[in-house]
Amino acid sequence: MDLLDTFRAETRAWLEANCPAEMRQPIARDADVCWGGRNVKFTGEAQRLWLERMGARGWTVPEWPREYGGGGLSKDEAKVLASEMRRIKARSPLASFGIWMLGPALLKYGNEEQKREHLPRIARGEIRWCQGYSEPGAGSDLASLRTSAEDMGDHYLVNGQKVWTSYADKADWIFCLVRTDSTAAKHLGISFLLFDMASPGVSTSPIKLISGASPFCQTFFDNVKVPKQNLMGAPGKGWDIAKYLLTHEREMIGDMDAGGQRDSVSQIARRTLGMDAAVLADTGLRTDIVRHEINAWAFALTMERVKDEAKAGQGVGALSSMLKYYGTELNKDRQQLLMSVAGSDGLAWEGPAEGEGDLARGWLRSRANSIEGGTSEINLNIIAKRVLSLPGA
Amino acid sequence: MALTLTDDQKMIRESADGFFRTEAPVSQHRKLRDTADATGFDRATWAKMAEMGFAGVLVPEAHGGAGFGHVAAGLIMEAIGRNLSAAPMLSTAILGTTALVTGGSAEQQARYLPLIAEGKRLFALAADEAARHAPAHVATTATPSGNGFKLNGTKGFVLDGHVADTLIVAARTSGDHDSRDGITLFLVDATSAGIAIERRAMVDSRNAARISFDDVQVDGADVLGAVGEGFGILEKVLDAGRACLAAEMLGVSSESFARTVDYLKQREQFGQKIGSFQALQHRAAHLFCEVELARSTMLRALVALDSCDDRSSQFASLAKAKCGEVAKLATNEAVQMHGGIGMTDDFDIGFFMKRARAAQETFGDIAFHGDRLARMMGY
Ligand SMILES: Cc1cc2nc3c(=O)[nH]c(=O)nc-3n(C[C@H](O)[C@H](O)[C@H](O)COP(=O)(O)OP(=O)(O)OC[C@H]3O[C@@H](n4cnc5c(N)ncnc54)[C@H](O)[C@@H]3O)c2cc1C
Repeated sequence: MDLLDTFRAETRAWLEANCPAEMRQPIARDADVCWGGRNVKFTGEAQRLWLERMGARGWTVPEWPREYGGGGLSKDEAKVLASEMRRIKARSPLASFGIWMLGPALLKYGNEEQKREHLPRIARGEIRWCQGYSEPGAGSDLASLRTSAEDMGDHYLVNGQKVWTSYADKADWIFCLVRTDSTAAKHLGISFLLFDMASPGVSTSPIKLISGASPFCQTFFDNVKVPKQNLMGAPGKGWDIAKYLLTHEREMIGDMDAGGQRDSVSQIARRTLGMDAAVLADTGLRTDIVRHEINAWAFALTMERVKDEAKAGQGVGALSSMLKYYGTELNKDRQQLLMSVAGSDGLAWEGPAEGEGDLARGWLRSRANSIEGGTSEINLNIIAKRVLSLPGA
Repeated sequence: MALTLTDDQKMIRESADGFFRTEAPVSQHRKLRDTADATGFDRATWAKMAEMGFAGVLVPEAHGGAGFGHVAAGLIMEAIGRNLSAAPMLSTAILGTTALVTGGSAEQQARYLPLIAEGKRLFALAADEAARHAPAHVATTATPSGNGFKLNGTKGFVLDGHVADTLIVAARTSGDHDSRDGITLFLVDATSAGIAIERRAMVDSRNAARISFDDVQVDGADVLGAVGEGFGILEKVLDAGRACLAAEMLGVSSESFARTVDYLKQREQFGQKIGSFQALQHRAAHLFCEVELARSTMLRALVALDSCDDRSSQFASLAKAKCGEVAKLATNEAVQMHGGIGMTDDFDIGFFMKRARAAQETFGDIAFHGDRLARMMGY
């Protein structure tokens, strides 16, 4: 306990000295989120400094080992860091598929060379990654993917098409599921490849979402040469890695309020709708809001409990599916409630006012939460099979 | 404070699980109902619960109790929920003890707490008057008389009121009907002149009495806490009761869910196990998540009580609301997924639905606690 107190005091002092004031403001728009990468465009010096300082300390990835650019913190220390960041409302310095998805898989399945090459660059935000899983014919049934990687002796030749690849047009590297053996059973012919998006033969074409933004792409591979050493794990063993990575992706997507910094629906409703004596002026919405908040609170406590249990070496199986399913359904509920709270103002799409249309876009974006990273239905299937052992699931 | 169990708490959970499974299983509940047992629970079982330290789970060691705390009390209640065990655990060990520990004088504590721990004296909380839980709604009056007060009024829903030795009565010494101020708590001997107790068997085969007070004379020394300031104590008593009822409902939910999942793996229709139908799989998987969420709220509420967290009331309301909703869903789904057999009296699953309904209603449902939570959070 004493050591942890010391760590808390030091952390607090360091954050006070090093977190720029601008980075203690709530995230107001997409541009405020820093994704790093070769072509990073910082909103300002504060954002750049914050990433540089946190990255140098390994605190973008507090629990990764130091030799791979991490902070080397214990779970308890990481919890302290998170709570101290929350205390001063510090923004997360870096949003990254490398941190949330690839990193944990690299730590478990990567060879030493791969870890040393990629992990520190992820930690410092130097390389931005994208995820090449889904294909036009392989969505929920991911293992039916057809992008091929042909063994050419010293390299693989990759051909095929991915779709819904988030930020493929902005990413530097891709982690990609490919079929290396077309004769093997569906799950057994898949391999896990890492390659540079600047490689000849890679092209992307953005797709527009219902929110109007184009954060994802079609991604084409036309005779892309990938060095053999970029294969992660053994050939044909890619499916295990793919699934392991998905559990991390699901936990991340489920944990929508990871920083604990969002205003609650009731806080927003109080500002927007006002109060009538001691209760919210709109009593019908008040009931909807409190029921949502009961669930949101119960979910937040469950995230906390899961982390406590993981720390104590316990843990419930297939939890990532539960967190993904429930967390994303909750977030959709939240966004819908926020639209209701805003009433006709929430319908605004474009206009002269600052932030006009943000709410509606946020609502529309949230509808994808229960699709990306495995749909709600697929996650319920997984719970039925893995946790409940129901037949034929 | 971590939301995980300590080794001691895990031991208590194991011993409680084993105890109720063997000593007070669902079959005992059925027998008590079928024989219309006058007590409504088995006194020998209660005596054993005292030996196990369950009756004195909240009684401080200085008063002869086990002093295990609220998490332990909740784990015992959860086991009770799983087995539908009938016992005066809530009325006496939780509500009675909390009332005495929170509001009792040194003398009252020394007199009653050891008896609770030994399982020798039963308590009942006579607070609610309206059919919908409204703790501040107290019309029963206490008017000065002699060196004490005279009680007049009626309490409609006194859990275990038909067997209690001592009643904890909320009565009004000042203020109007729904005011929080002016409520006073009294410790009243159930055999006092002027008390009429009418036993009501409930849908869940538990007992609650309608008790009327007709010029019942109580001594000034029987006031619990200060005159006119009973509401604060009552809220603490109710919050402990709510958190423990949440735990019992979690037990009800998890057991009926487990039985349902078993049934999905056995029953065949259309030449296959019904558990292979995705319509049922998804509902079961959703329910799994809900039960996990309920468990988190329950643990948080109990931990808050043990650590005297200043948000104890919020967490108690959260747990009561969430665990109540989940118990409703879990038991409704249980009956539905059992089909016709789920509707039969011979089959146990219906008992769980009945108990869930009663426990959910007791001390406030989600409508009550949603409103309370919203107010506590400033909206
Ligand atoms: C915003 C966004 C970002 C994304 N980013 C990426 C990315 O970066 N990289 C990437 O590889 N992919 C990405 N995806 C793709 C995502 O993983 C897929 O959309 C998802 O797996 C579903 O596949 P699908 O779209 O083909 O839908 P389908 O699989 O065709 O599903 C259609 C419907 O059928 C249901 N369904 C399918 N199978 C079953 C079943 N067995 N039981 C019950 N119901 C079933 C689904 O739940 C869904 O409701 C992204 C998607 C979105 C929306």
